[in-house]
Amino acid sequence: MSAAAARINVRHRDTGVLQIGFAEKRISDALLIQQIGDEIGKAVDAETKPRVLLSFRNVDFLSSAALSMLIGVNTRVRAKGGKLRLSEIKPEIYQMFKITKLHSLFEIFDSVDEAVKGF
Amino acid sequence: MTSLPPYRAEVEFDVHATGLADFEAEVDRAIQSHGYEEAVAFAVRLAIEEAVANGINHGNRRTPGKVVKVQCRIDDREIFVAVEDEGEGFDPSSVPDPTDEANLSIPSGRGLMLMGAYMSEVRYIPPGNRVEMTYRRPVS
Repeated sequence: MSAAAARINVRHRDTGVLQIGFAEKRISDALLIQQIGDEIGKAVDAETKPRVLLSFRNVDFLSSAALSMLIGVNTRVRAKGGKLRLSEIKPEIYQMFKITKLHSLFEIFDSVDEAVKGF
Repeated sequence: MTSLPPYRAEVEFDVHATGLADFEAEVDRAIQSHGYEEAVAFAVRLAIEEAVANGINHGNRRTPGKVVKVQCRIDDREIFVAVEDEGEGFDPSSVPDPTDEANLSIPSGRGLMLMGAYMSEVRYIPPGNRVEMTYRRPVS
């Protein structure tokens, strides 16, 4: 039996930042969101003081359930004394963060380069 | 310019929301073929996604065998979507404001807010197990 395909791609940058991207353009299905949350959780748990950057370059659509998952990731990262940043969020998805005021909860950057500066 | 005939659809989704992505893609195409912008397609897709998820998770309480019914009508003036579950309904005014600072880290309650923000009108039909949402094309 083959292992399930990874829903995220993880890159350890030289600076120690854990850069995570998404394999799916659309993050709304309940099962998919659970899988992504679990995979990010494992990557976070493997770090002592995680500095995590989630890149949304590939993502075209999110649901509120996906926003909830991100809140859970943020809580998990902060519980380990780490930091979470988000980058490359498309304007229509960023609007969701503004409507729900989650743009004030998360540190959001236009690009990966900006996000890793001073992280 | 000749108007396209209205797009109409009535579909049902089970506890797994089987076929929801395909339905949303079909609605996307209908929205764009009626000359609405991509941002409108995004808004309607999100509203359908949130309303169906609410119906499955909160209305039907993920009960196998129960369905969520969706009606959709798209014409050149407006987009209408109704979503109805088999639950007892709810009072939308009882849902805490997720943008309240004390609730920002609580991972729930944002679906209703997003539906209201993206659509021109959202009406909950008593007892609250049916929501009717309309997007109206701005008058130019």
